[in-house]
Amino acid sequence: MNLQTIDMAHVSLRELNTTLQKPDDATRVSGWEVINSKGSHAIAVGLDAPIDVTIKGSTGYYCAGMNKQATIRVKGSAGPGVAENMMSGTVIIDGDASQYAGATGHGGLLVIKGNASSRCGISMKGIDIVVHGNIGHMSAFMAQSGNLVVLGDAGDALGDSLYEARLFVRGKVKSLGADCMEKEMRPEHIAILKDLLARSGADAKPEDFKRYGSARQLYNFHIDNASNY
Amino acid sequence: MCGIVGLFIKDPSLRPELGSMLTDMLITMSDRGPDSAGIAIYGVDTDNRTKITVQSNTPEVEFAGLDSDLGDAIGGAVSMRIKDTHAVLEMSDDIAAAAREALAEIRPSLRIMSAGDIIEIYKEVGLPKDVAARFQLSQMGGSHGIGHTRMATESAVTTMGAHPFSTGPDQCLVHNGSLSNHNSLRRKLIRNGMVFETDNDSEVAAAYLTDKMRQGCNLGEAMEASLQDLDGFFTFVIGTKAGFGVLRDPIACKPAVMAETAQYVAFGSEYRALVNLPGIDAARVWEPEPATVYFWEH
Repeated sequence: MNLQTIDMAHVSLRELNTTLQKPDDATRVSGWEVINSKGSHAIAVGLDAPIDVTIKGSTGYYCAGMNKQATIRVKGSAGPGVAENMMSGTVIIDGDASQYAGATGHGGLLVIKGNASSRCGISMKGIDIVVHGNIGHMSAFMAQSGNLVVLGDAGDALGDSLYEARLFVRGKVKSLGADCMEKEMRPEHIAILKDLLARSGADAKPEDFKRYGSARQLYNFHIDNASNY
Repeated sequence: MCGIVGLFIKDPSLRPELGSMLTDMLITMSDRGPDSAGIAIYGVDTDNRTKITVQSNTPEVEFAGLDSDLGDAIGGAVSMRIKDTHAVLEMSDDIAAAAREALAEIRPSLRIMSAGDIIEIYKEVGLPKDVAARFQLSQMGGSHGIGHTRMATESAVTTMGAHPFSTGPDQCLVHNGSLSNHNSLRRKLIRNGMVFETDNDSEVAAAYLTDKMRQGCNLGEAMEASLQDLDGFFTFVIGTKAGFGVLRDPIACKPAVMAETAQYVAFGSEYRALVNLPGIDAARVWEPEPATVYFWEH
């Protein structure tokens, strides 16, 4: 296996991202290892090849942003906006994730093995997010499509102004946001959940989760709903 | 955007390193606040002595003979340590109040940065690394300290607009965010007898907490009350003689990371600020919860 190491103590962030973004370089090596990340921002952003990148430490803002195809692992915790606007591929965080993890993501799978902070999956548009721990307040705000799976608890105002994303929570939900409601768990939801739990290495039974979705009362402005927005 | 760093030393053997650790953390946060920087250091408590830290735009003129002039004016001994534009005046507690009054008479253009048993505040306009070098922050020891790098949003880029703000003895506050009801709150606090140096929103938060504590609240109660009365975005780190507190507003969009080991409790606006601390790889690292009061005391 041709594993290449990039040491951020000696290589600039721009050089790191340029290297990982080059398709010919990407195909020459099977995997990349990034060391001395030290909480730096914007590590491994804009990748667009089926490569494997492991960051051996914690990251700052916007790690793995706009990812396409790549598999990116963080052997630590991730700062705000991890995997923001991901299109495809897989991002796995071994530790915790800060605010707005997976925000606006269109596709791919984001796995957070620790806890995620506030606004996890805000405005998600097709991404799948699996959080092994808890999530903070205002998660899945205005989420449009995709699946958010939480093995722990959810904070205040889950799924506020939700569109058609599916939210699955095994633990307690502190409160539901406007227009978010608990819904029946049908066989097709069990199947989706089973697949996501297996792909994210989560040891949990789909039957233990509750599903939350949009009550579809706030899609279009209606004057009688003014106080609900 | 602003940067905040804070360090509360638990292991006394690390106390001499407080300044150097905080300086490294502060400089790492330069991207978040290149306008100005400041630091509050809680040093050694000498019995029955008060420290008053003053700032001057013309230190060579105003600090000349200041210790003897002030001593003569109040009839007591005053010592002085000059650091660039700041000077720390020390005197016995019983003449400290008279010293503050006398300073306004003999050097009316001096600004008082802080006063108390152990606090010293240094702040100036400029890049954090330059501000740190001017005051030799890295050589200061102490039990705890708070630093701030400022990107101004609510008031002018001036020395007095830099953080930390100190509105009570041994108290200080640094702020990342912006308050929307600071003008009305300032008017109320002025009616309660608080005095303001700037139009800055963060100074209002500092004065709010001082006012609550004057009314008998402890710091924890004052911080709880502020969640009801302050409208806006904030992550605060607040210093007192005994320790430091952390508070985020209920929305909590202003970043905050904390780390704790057997040796220290550290605060950073970003994890980057904490990466060079000893034992950070094994530290408990977490994000403080919104609308939750955290406090550590010696």
